[in-house]
Amino acid sequence: MHKFGANIDTDVIIPGKYLVTTDPARLAPHCMEGVDPEFSKKVQKGDMIFAEENFGCGSSREHAPIAVKAAGISCVVAKSFARIFFRNAINIGLPIMVCPEAVDHAKNGSTVKVDTDSGMVNINGKSFKAEPFPEFIAAIIQKGGLMEYVKERLKQKGSHP
Amino acid sequence: MGMTMTEKIIAAHAGLEEVKPGQLVNAKVDIIMAHDITGPPAFKALRNNDLVDQIDPKKIVLVLDHVVPPKDIDSTMNCMAVRQFAQEKNIDHFYDIGQGGIAHNVLPQEGLVAPGDLAVGGDSHTCTYGALGCFATGMGHTDIAAAMALGEVWLRVPESLKFTYNGKVGRYVTGKDLILHTIGKITVNGANYKAMEFVGSAIKSLPMEQRFTMTNMVIEASGKNGVMPVDNVTKDYVKRRVDKEYEVYESDEDAKFEKAYDFNVSDVPPLVAKPYSPDNVGSVEEVKGVKVDQVFIGSCTNGWLGDLRQAAAIMKGEKIAKGIRLIVIPATMQIYRQALKEGIIDVFIDAGGVVAPSTCGPCPGLHQGVMGPNEVGVFTTNRNFRGRTGHPEAKIYLTNPYTAAATAIMGEITDPRSI
Repeated sequence: MHKFGANIDTDVIIPGKYLVTTDPARLAPHCMEGVDPEFSKKVQKGDMIFAEENFGCGSSREHAPIAVKAAGISCVVAKSFARIFFRNAINIGLPIMVCPEAVDHAKNGSTVKVDTDSGMVNINGKSFKAEPFPEFIAAIIQKGGLMEYVKERLKQKGSHP
Repeated sequence: MGMTMTEKIIAAHAGLEEVKPGQLVNAKVDIIMAHDITGPPAFKALRNNDLVDQIDPKKIVLVLDHVVPPKDIDSTMNCMAVRQFAQEKNIDHFYDIGQGGIAHNVLPQEGLVAPGDLAVGGDSHTCTYGALGCFATGMGHTDIAAAMALGEVWLRVPESLKFTYNGKVGRYVTGKDLILHTIGKITVNGANYKAMEFVGSAIKSLPMEQRFTMTNMVIEASGKNGVMPVDNVTKDYVKRRVDKEYEVYESDEDAKFEKAYDFNVSDVPPLVAKPYSPDNVGSVEEVKGVKVDQVFIGSCTNGWLGDLRQAAAIMKGEKIAKGIRLIVIPATMQIYRQALKEGIIDVFIDAGGVVAPSTCGPCPGLHQGVMGPNEVGVFTTNRNFRGRTGHPEAKIYLTNPYTAAATAIMGEITDPRSI
């Protein structure tokens, strides 16, 4: 588990110079470079990020959640997310959870388990319930991302006007 | 219960009589913008899901702005992908290199966005257009692909915050200072998920360009969108550009605002956001004397003609200080041409600066003036996060164009009122 502070912006998650590509393999080595240059070397597949308020603030670059996911992060738990990052994470299938109490209890080195289906976060044996997603957003997550939702919505609507 | 401007625009586009904060709606979009960074992956998402034929080309605006002219093969291929998509899908509103400029300045300039519209863009500073009295917000490229395929987006109706500015805007103080003042007060997390409505006599006194500078930086408070009421200044601006009927919305007197802030702008001096956050705001006076390596005047925030005029008014007949670099980038090619006619470009070149073609360039650290380790910059841009403009140890101070120009002449951060 890797813990970060408040207002972690997209420029430190993935700096602008790497935006010319959306290839996950090229973005992953630079994930969180601006706040911890060694992050991509330290991170192990399945690790989690815990962060204070407003994780992912700043630019609309979807490269940010792509880089986080490609670096091997299995879930980001934060007190709150910046709204564009929140949408982007849902859209590409990066699991995220809003759970302020869990963030307060999490320390670097804590043993953490999360169950994204039930919304439970367990830290050193203590359980916390994350804020539930609205039904509509939960459905997008369940479908595995936004584009599957788009195809279903088009079927509902008939053809585009 | 009355509704705010933002609520009314969303309701109208969702086909609903009324909406409330927190409600999730599907809203029709009038305009969808993408550029050379967000366009190519959006097109890929459309192609991979067999959705390319769903798009309505009239709603789409494509602008090459982030890395133009391209600096390497990757950025060239991004431009090629946008150009090819525009040709294939007959997208009229495609602005190639040399034809447009920075998207957030091109769309208002060309009348592609109007009061009452609902616009989304694959760029966080899409919120700029809200100064026209429309709803505009930024999204990632998958959301943009979805909006292109569906002609609608899902939105959570935001709570609204009301910001009232009264008093007289001081000399060498601009819309940039008013928005920095605001972000300094409410922090970079102060408007997350929320709409920011800007009203008051001081807003009415601002020209359209400085209003755009304010709504441009709504995202720096993590706001979803910013709006300003439509007045004669707005109407005069769109009259010469927009050739369609548009709707004017205003907040009801009993509209519900989650919070209201009142500012007397008479006391606001030229301001600066210090490294490494747009909410680390202080007066220019407080940091005067800090030695500077590079001044950049430009970006979607402050690359307007009025901004270049302000900088030129300070720099006319002057030389930049020894050891400092001045980079000026007019936000659009139309602004560039007008600045040429007015002799403004000469002022910058005579002073020892360089004027580059319209692009986002150094603001997000892409090209045309990337900052090195421990270098100090005074930028008229919108973000000074660590590493944004280049090396993580570079330090950027965000200011208005007057301060940037005064700093270029003196070689250190300088209050424009002092020269």
